[in-house]
Amino acid sequence: MSSAKRSNEPIVWFLFGVGGFFAAYFLPIHIMLYGLAFPLGLAPDPGYDKTYALLQNPLTRLYLFVLIMFCFFHAAHRMRLTLSDILNMRHLNTILAFVCYGGAIVGTVAAIWMLAVVH
Amino acid sequence: MPQYTTFQPKPYRPRMSAYWYLDQWHYLRYALRESSSFFVAYFCVITLIQIATLKAGPTHYAHFQALMRCPVIIILNALALAFILLHAVTWFLLVPRVALRQVLNRPTPDLIASTPNFMVWFGATLIVALFILGVF
Repeated sequence: MSSAKRSNEPIVWFLFGVGGFFAAYFLPIHIMLYGLAFPLGLAPDPGYDKTYALLQNPLTRLYLFVLIMFCFFHAAHRMRLTLSDILNMRHLNTILAFVCYGGAIVGTVAAIWMLAVVH
Repeated sequence: MPQYTTFQPKPYRPRMSAYWYLDQWHYLRYALRESSSFFVAYFCVITLIQIATLKAGPTHYAHFQALMRCPVIIILNALALAFILLHAVTWFLLVPRVALRQVLNRPTPDLIASTPNFMVWFGATLIVALFILGVF
């Protein structure tokens, strides 16, 4: 009797789901402050020293790593499905999966590399 | 012996317009919500750039701050915020609506079902903002 092929879908849906919560809870305030309020002068920019001191805290780095990793995988899964369904690229499913999840893995490795050691 | 016919009907494949998401507001809203993923990835890359420049030193971080002041980037960031807020609100409204059914004898209204999510969102936003602004 041949064993049924196991699907990878539960793993990517799990990463998508957790990333969805992280993106919803935490990304808006990052964009509001670093992307809009500080550049437009709507809020006082804490500057290099305070921001770097914040990055030196291991808990900040753990938070940033979890945020970036889950958000990348959330985005990768949704981008794959968006390109496949909305832009009708279903025939390129394998390539899309490779590019999207591959991109998320590269982003996660980059995050580990940058956040592992901060002097 | 059963009689089999050699006739093989073709599977029915309805033709779909390449712009099907423009047919109804619900479809367009779905397409816009799903497109938020591109902006999530975009801001993760921006955050990685920010971390890299922070580690590289004050001069590099000043370049990052100058990049953030560029009008094109500000427009992109405003778009990203709009799309991610759409993602957040639609995500919070997805919570199961059965929790209070036993008490209310009807499906839980959207607002009550999603209120805990919005409260956690507010709390998380406040805590992260206070850390970023250097209050803690």
